[in-house]
Amino acid sequence: MKIAPLGGPLITKTTVTAAILTVLMAGLILYRFVFGLGAVTNLNNGYPFGLWIVYDLVIGTAFACGGYGMALLVYVLNKGEYHALVRPALLASMFGYTLGGVSVIFDIGRWWNAWHIITPGWANPTSVMFEVGACITLYCLVMWIEFTPAFLEKWAPPKSRKALGKVMYVFIALGVLLPTMHQSSLGTLLVPFGFRLHPLWQTHLLPPLFLISALCMGYAMVVFEATLVSKAYRRPSEADLLARLSKYISGLLVAYLALRWGGLAVEGKLALAFDSGGLSTMFLFENLLFALPILLLSSDKGRRNPQTLFIAAVCMLLAGSLYRLDAFLLATDRPGWHYFPAIGEILVSVGIVAVEVLAYVVFVKMLPVLEVADEGGPVLHTVKRADLAATTQE
Amino acid sequence: MALSRRNFLKGAAAGGAVAASAAAPAAARENKTLPPKAVGLLYDSTICVGCKACVKACRDANDTQVEFNTAEPLWDTPLDISGHTITVIKLYAEGTADHKDQERNGFAFIKKSCMHCVDPSCVSVCPVTAMTKHPETGIVSYEPGDCIGCRYCVASCPFGVPQFQYDTAFPKIVKCQLCKHRQVDGKLPACAEVCPTGATLFGPVVALREEADRRRALPPGQPTTFSRKTVGSADTHEKAVARYVPHTYGVSEMGGTQMLLLAGVPFDKLGYPALRERSYAAEAETLQGGIYTGMVAPIALLAGLLFVAHRNTKHDADKPGADGED
Repeated sequence: MKIAPLGGPLITKTTVTAAILTVLMAGLILYRFVFGLGAVTNLNNGYPFGLWIVYDLVIGTAFACGGYGMALLVYVLNKGEYHALVRPALLASMFGYTLGGVSVIFDIGRWWNAWHIITPGWANPTSVMFEVGACITLYCLVMWIEFTPAFLEKWAPPKSRKALGKVMYVFIALGVLLPTMHQSSLGTLLVPFGFRLHPLWQTHLLPPLFLISALCMGYAMVVFEATLVSKAYRRPSEADLLARLSKYISGLLVAYLALRWGGLAVEGKLALAFDSGGLSTMFLFENLLFALPILLLSSDKGRRNPQTLFIAAVCMLLAGSLYRLDAFLLATDRPGWHYFPAIGEILVSVGIVAVEVLAYVVFVKMLPVLEVADEGGPVLHTVKRADLAATTQE
Repeated sequence: MALSRRNFLKGAAAGGAVAASAAAPAAARENKTLPPKAVGLLYDSTICVGCKACVKACRDANDTQVEFNTAEPLWDTPLDISGHTITVIKLYAEGTADHKDQERNGFAFIKKSCMHCVDPSCVSVCPVTAMTKHPETGIVSYEPGDCIGCRYCVASCPFGVPQFQYDTAFPKIVKCQLCKHRQVDGKLPACAEVCPTGATLFGPVVALREEADRRRALPPGQPTTFSRKTVGSADTHEKAVARYVPHTYGVSEMGGTQMLLLAGVPFDKLGYPALRERSYAAEAETLQGGIYTGMVAPIALLAGLLFVAHRNTKHDADKPGADGED
């Protein structure tokens, strides 16, 4: 059992479709750079943050928290048995974040000044946006360094890998610290919105709520991708690993809901959850999506059933996405203003996902990312008795 | 071995938590206070006649382009402040709209432009210091050369003031800067200079507040003098005092603003929402500062993570056959 390139043809239906969508996106972006944001988007001065910020950046980087979640589990909590999930999760995170960062360049009006945000003299430490911008930039860099061994294993002599391996723990530590910082800050970003954000969402618990839900989404993405990859490439399922992983996920979901409802109770806003009209519906739907996976994953049978596990993962991804969509767009009150993304805006977001898919497929086929069996046989995860005993006790 | 490592981890986590909680009770960031030589505007809705001379003068002074919102593009018709319009005069009309400065069956004019907050959100949230507040005059300025166009100021302003230009490849944020370029030459903000009734009045904020108090203290109907251009100027006219709502908007809202408003119709009807005194800038900075003061918590967390990651990857690498990250 080793980590190796999957091989196989690069030109497939999936890659060709993704390439077409990528070209379409490139055209739209060019148009935006020549004629301004209004030529492609429906952004306005009531809703200055639209699909590109809310989906590509805020939701996109939370989807890309798989690498963060797995690093936390394997290198901090020292659960070495999940090692096989680390590299694919890291790869997806690297693309998710990098493209989230790139989409910001499409979105900001004066993109040629983007470097100001990390330059002393311009950088403003009181700004949450500064923390988010600088931290995400740094994290992208850290992830590419963390992924470097995959390039080195393919093309470089073993000596170079050894040197990098000696300092890798620094990047692993940064790779856990940075997302902890900016994923919580993405929540803090909303505090200055004040009364414009509905009180069900406007709370000082925004930072921990954004952080915990980002971790849930990250782990859910690991489950989601592992399931899809094992189906797409007819690889043995990693159900065993995922089943045990889902225990941690349930814990996080419970923590999120406790904080969400406990916070409302302490702030005396519980009634708002039921008498805020359409927003109550959104709020309750959001919470239902967070609660459902706890139920699905409560039994050992549920955790070991790949289908149940997959449904639970999808619920979590939707839950975290809806929470972010509500907080950034639907629950913000801008009298007299309306926003719904334009076709061009949607196609750019679709294009960004296409780039991620395209790059992921090329990478796993050409570089050592996924675990493959030595002789082409099935991969069996041998789990030490002690490890099993430890996990069941927790 | 596994057990001791587990205990160590718990210890490291506890250490991190202690460091984080030590940083948490950092002093709350209070509202900022009015700068010593703060200048601003007093807009009195009850003496505004809706002539829009200020809108035209603002266009000339700041070189903004006219906006057409009627079928025939014959005259300047901005609907609100925008990426090309820094100030507008709007009309409130209710029912039969017969009586000036009356909420029911009445009408009133209202000016919209930057409030020049004492503790501005836009300055606090700008990631690249493109929005600044002058330490003496308190004028909130925008520097396009610094700006990245992220529009966080647009999203965060409680008054919805900064306006982004979506219709150009080289957009800027547009907002009133109190004609600071004219003040350098000893001139007044264009809107105050041209106002025929003194409805828009320029002056030191302290003097403007006193003038607002004076007007509100007068009995409705009593003739009194109103200055034009600047507060206390000799250029005056006499007019009967209207019935004011008992509040000067901008004295307390969000920690105060350097543009003050008087009106005969409740402010929330005129597009000025009721706002608390504690500024959002102070609240957000308190929360963010609680987490990041002196970077103590992040550094403590990083130290713990470095230690743990070092230990755990070393252990991985020692195992024969394990591939680790090396």
